[in-house]
Amino acid sequence: MLEITHFITLSSILFCIGMSGIFLNRKNVISLLMSVELILLSVNINFVAFSSFLHDLVGQIFAIFVLTVAAAEAAIGLAILVIYFRNRQTIEIDSISSMNG
Amino acid sequence: MGFNPLLKNIYMTFTLLLFYLFAFILTSSALMVVSTRNMVYGVMFLILAFVNAAALFILLGAEFIAVLLIVVYVGAIAVLFLFVVMMLDIDIKIKEEINRKRPILVLIGVAMLCEIILVTKFSSLKLYETVSLFPTPTQITNTQAIGNVLYTDFVLPFELAGGVLFVAMIGAIVLTLKDETRFTRKQNITDQVLRNKANSIEMVKVKSGEGINL
Repeated sequence: MLEITHFITLSSILFCIGMSGIFLNRKNVISLLMSVELILLSVNINFVAFSSFLHDLVGQIFAIFVLTVAAAEAAIGLAILVIYFRNRQTIEIDSISSMNG
Repeated sequence: MGFNPLLKNIYMTFTLLLFYLFAFILTSSALMVVSTRNMVYGVMFLILAFVNAAALFILLGAEFIAVLLIVVYVGAIAVLFLFVVMMLDIDIKIKEEINRKRPILVLIGVAMLCEIILVTKFSSLKLYETVSLFPTPTQITNTQAIGNVLYTDFVLPFELAGGVLFVAMIGAIVLTLKDETRFTRKQNITDQVLRNKANSIEMVKVKSGEGINL
């Protein structure tokens, strides 16, 4: 019997994989952005699972908005990445420290 | 439902099997995304993860979100990632220095996962006792139901989502436009004011059969 705990467990595994990807990744920003996409996907799985099990459509509506924001975020992030690469010829995370933050 | 119990049992087991299959492929491709060295492979595994998530959504009865996930993520975002990966021409053989903090970081991830699962398992919240705001009707399809709600109760957030996408589009274009290739039609007020009949109109007599040179 498929229960909601299956989906919650799956989405928490996915979320932790995405978080660990952000922690561990030292190479470039693109895989960091992909980890963010994975995290948003896990959030979406949670929304849709609850929406389906509670017979409540608001979860699916919210998943659509999460999808929209994810698309906008990916577009802006990649645009920033392209101009950063054009100026510095590298996208290594360790080298991005000119703002001394 | 009018199923007999045996058939229903088989159906439940089959959905559970499908869930485990899709969940396994989803988890392993997500692991590949965060661990692979080659970015192109990473994007390909991301696409695989999204397709499996779409299959899981279909299993949940949310067909519209599933198709939207494939169209938006695989059709737009993943292709965008692929374009950027290929355009930037990153050398994939960046030296992998030993990160001494790596075991601690992996441990943090595992600890977080354990915490979330523990909270889920032993939560005293009754997950099923939420009052349903918009009960899913059985007569109409998932897409129709979403359309009924999205364009009536959620019309303002819907418009705002369009605004977010518009701003993102303009932002991405403005950010990536190179200065020397920028193609703009700017208004020159002085030129416009100083323009008169004498320097803008030239009267020419055109002879028939010969034409003129401009």
